[in-house]
Amino acid sequence: MRPHTTSPGMRAALAALACVVALVIVGPWFSPYACDEIDFSGTWSAAPTLVHAHWFGTDSLGRDLFVRTLCGGRISLLVGAVSTLVSLLVGVACGAVAGYIGGRLDGLLMRIVDVLYALPFMFFVIVLMVLFGRHLLLMFVAIGAVNWLDMARVVRGQTLALRERDFIAAARLSGLSDLQIIRRHVVPNLFGLVAVYAAVTLPQVILIESFLSFLGLGVQAPATSWGALINDGAREMDVTPWSLLFPAAFLSVTLLLLNLLGEQLRARLSSRGGPAA
Amino acid sequence: MRRRALHCLVGCIAVLLPVCSSAAMDSLLRIGNGPEPESLDPQRMSSVSALNIARDLGEGLTRIAADGRVLPAAAQGWQIADGGRRYTFELRDHLHWSNGEALTASDFVDGLRRAVDPATGSPFAQLLSPIANADAITGGKAPVSMLAAWALSPTRLQILLKQPTPYFPSLLAHPVSFPVYGPALARYGRGFARPGRLVSNGAYQLVDWQVQAQVELRRNAHYWDDADTHIDRVQYLPTDDIASELQRYRANEIDVSSEIPLVQAPALRTQFGAQLHVAPYLGSYYYGFNVQQPPFAGRRDLRLALSLAIDRELIVDKVMNGLALPAYGWVPPGVADYRAQSPAWASWSRQKSVSEAKRLYAACGYSKDRPLRIELRYNTHDDHKRIATVIAAMWKQTLGVETSLINEENKVFLAQRRLRRITQVFRASWIGDYDDPSSFLDVLTARNGRNDMGWHDQTYDALIDSAAQQADPRRRAALLERAERRAVDDMPFIPIYWYVSKHLVKPRVRGWHDNLLDVHYSKDLRLDDPAD
Amino acid sequence: MLAFALRRLFAALPTLFVLLTLAFFMMRAAPGGPFDSERSLPPQIEAALRSEYQLDAPLWRQYLNYVEAVLHGDLGPSFQYEGYRVSELIAAGLPVSLALGVCALLLALLVGGAIGVLAARRPGSVLDHLLMNLALLGVSVPNYVVAPLLILLFAIVLGCLPAGGWRHRDYADMVLPVVALALPQIAYIARLLRASLIDALAMPYLRTARAKGLPEHLLIFRHALRPALLPVISHLGPATAGLMTGSVVVEQIFGIPGLGRYFVQAALNRDYTLVLGVVLLYGALILAFNFVVDLLYGALDPRLRRT
Repeated sequence: MRPHTTSPGMRAALAALACVVALVIVGPWFSPYACDEIDFSGTWSAAPTLVHAHWFGTDSLGRDLFVRTLCGGRISLLVGAVSTLVSLLVGVACGAVAGYIGGRLDGLLMRIVDVLYALPFMFFVIVLMVLFGRHLLLMFVAIGAVNWLDMARVVRGQTLALRERDFIAAARLSGLSDLQIIRRHVVPNLFGLVAVYAAVTLPQVILIESFLSFLGLGVQAPATSWGALINDGAREMDVTPWSLLFPAAFLSVTLLLLNLLGEQLRARLSSRGGPAA
Repeated sequence: MRRRALHCLVGCIAVLLPVCSSAAMDSLLRIGNGPEPESLDPQRMSSVSALNIARDLGEGLTRIAADGRVLPAAAQGWQIADGGRRYTFELRDHLHWSNGEALTASDFVDGLRRAVDPATGSPFAQLLSPIANADAITGGKAPVSMLAAWALSPTRLQILLKQPTPYFPSLLAHPVSFPVYGPALARYGRGFARPGRLVSNGAYQLVDWQVQAQVELRRNAHYWDDADTHIDRVQYLPTDDIASELQRYRANEIDVSSEIPLVQAPALRTQFGAQLHVAPYLGSYYYGFNVQQPPFAGRRDLRLALSLAIDRELIVDKVMNGLALPAYGWVPPGVADYRAQSPAWASWSRQKSVSEAKRLYAACGYSKDRPLRIELRYNTHDDHKRIATVIAAMWKQTLGVETSLINEENKVFLAQRRLRRITQVFRASWIGDYDDPSSFLDVLTARNGRNDMGWHDQTYDALIDSAAQQADPRRRAALLERAERRAVDDMPFIPIYWYVSKHLVKPRVRGWHDNLLDVHYSKDLRLDDPAD
Repeated sequence: MLAFALRRLFAALPTLFVLLTLAFFMMRAAPGGPFDSERSLPPQIEAALRSEYQLDAPLWRQYLNYVEAVLHGDLGPSFQYEGYRVSELIAAGLPVSLALGVCALLLALLVGGAIGVLAARRPGSVLDHLLMNLALLGVSVPNYVVAPLLILLFAIVLGCLPAGGWRHRDYADMVLPVVALALPQIAYIARLLRASLIDALAMPYLRTARAKGLPEHLLIFRHALRPALLPVISHLGPATAGLMTGSVVVEQIFGIPGLGRYFVQAALNRDYTLVLGVVLLYGALILAFNFVVDLLYGALDPRLRRT
């Protein structure tokens, strides 16, 4: 195995991503405005200016776009992170159990996965959002619950391969139960694969959230997300281009970085000769 | 191979060219029509977009003129007898269906009977409740043959009302009272309102309907006033997305837009000038209180405080970009022979309103440390979101009210609102069906299914009932005005703005007149240059 | 081969059945009904409507009725579009969606493939970096940002293409929607193909071929492309699903009468039968497409043929 080196591309992507995350988290504190504050005395739909500290301008309700873009980023990243986590947990658990235990359970779980694959995904999410209302937590679950399928399949395949390896056989001989083996030996060996998939899933999830916002099924106002901001901005594009420009730039750059990162991770994983997907 | 494809293409163009040029001889009006119509069956439709098409396809005994007055249409005139309760309509001579068959008074009776029959399931059945026995029939307590509408002769029609209803002729302009062509209904049942099946009696007939793509009408040569109909073809195009509709208008793909995007209003005003038609529309946008549950049950002062805290001028000016009028009462201004009522505080200065709102709020036992916490529900729509956001901010800034905005998908929202359990404050709007205050005031009666506030006031109901018995228009108006004042004083709702109709109309479309009901018949329009 | 196809078909039927059941009960669990509107209906009229559409029976009865009707090939009447059968609406919307989807997929394969090959020829070159960064951007910009920009540019500023709508046999109407739909897939396919092509070119036998002086284009098109296409083929399944989702946005923005728009509006209007009909169709399409992908996969990779 080659020593752990990170390529310059990966380091740059990581650093830039860290910058975006840091900006999104601390940025709003530097602005005199709050996220949902309407500046009744100020100009609405004002162009970006330094004078009133409206660095990105204001939206059509007189709210500061700089703060809103960053607050929206918090939500988008949060939805992305939590939903990815949900899909990872479900996917890894399901895939590892199915792959390791095999037999009937494997058949059943994979059958479920097949059925869910044939379910038009957007139908699922739309109905969930309608049923449960616009609760942020439920959105995580809804999006995550849909995205675990790929994960489960890949993990299962990998586990099938792992099951034949010597150290698993050794663990079995030493009297560990199936669940213990899965937890202590199978899951840790899936980390590389999971990291790659997480990096691939994250941008997808962020896009799904923005798609929901487009349908009007996104986060509850006055909270916002990049998707919601872009949707508003696209509507006002020819009047106030900045209301589209800034959120779209943030979203696109973040997705770009995440995609880059995913690609680098995958390249590293396959070049290390580790568990190939 | 490639050459052959090219030949084919050239051949196609050569074949199509003469077709195109002959088609261009017909004048074609393309109308952006908002959402896809759910039905073209005049008795079953409910949406504005369907009604727009229905008024081109069919014709009632009366119609709405371009300036909003009621004019004779299929009827050439009518007499009123028995203290305003008995109407006798005289039909025009030689009326025909679009297939050339004669159109008689009994076809109109059939239409009215079909509308009130509960088995039809007409969303507008209640519009015809002024006709004697109509309510009993709709309620399933009497057979449809009991409806007090009779064909005296092929050209004479008599209708008996249960009480004098001065606006009755305008109800007959509504598609729900249009005649039906019996043979098509008998043959095709529910599916009769389709191209190739629908036989209509209006200035146009249906030639094509591609769901979600277009409805196309062509002039009806058998229409009595065909000689005075100018446009040959009319296309109604569904435009769900207002921003896209605007782009299609700009790209010259539609002649009349159904709406304009609010956020673009200022820019559009300068860009399009006279092409932008904005006029008062018979509709009210309001927030309702659930007055059967805490915290608003029996607390008129709290409701008033919340209402006073809203700066309507600012909402109209900045959120609506001038595409609305600030509202203070229940019945929109401009309704015929009626003085819309507004409360005394409507003319107060902003400071005075705010300080009074603060006083009332404190008197109700709320303060900075003990703020009122409420939920404000609205159905998914960008404009509703914007208004709710601003109003919540106003409540927060002036009173310190903690409002959670809850955006619900439309059907969920309606179901919750009707249940009146968890709903506290909700967005609502009401669009009048005809030009009379009763179209609005009836909503607030205890028996009305649309009274989602749950506001029940016996005095109010009594006033409405006695107004209905009143034949004298002036006394009737006075009673209705008293009723409205009572409702406005008790504040079961917060009026926010009156709607305006907003269309972009190409300069080549002539004869477009804005009116309160936003009713436009293609028959009244003409086009400058048919080719464009 | 035939046995394989038949086995897959039989495996698909229970899946569709489960899908239908799931969708039926989820739809019914959603609050609100098809006849709720701003205007309230008198109780007798609502009762008449409910019995007309057989909504007054117990839910399990309705479910059994529906399943029976579907087994007889009847998807029921639409609640939203008066007098239309669901099958009629699907028959109207499916060709539109298919035309859009197939064109977008072909465009994505062609353009994405071309870009992928171009970039893979000189990995690390300026062209490669440029193309790949463009492709990354393509993946990262959502459909509904691209679509209005395309309209602004081509319909308003240049005025050479229609801004929306769908006229019969007017191909100009298709251009912008197809491009908007295809863009993310172009980008994805380009990246996928580039990566696998580079891997393939690094294979020992191709290195030998190159050393022997085989021209570059022969090397790529005759030898490397075939194995390199495998990941692209396996991406076609998710790509179709992506196109379906994307079509909701694109159909809405361009005003196109396709299934995606039907679906969203039907779900919002509680048009139960239309929703179920579209779900069933989508499910069948996805299954069928996965099947085709498997066949293609087998054809391209002989090692898999035995399974």
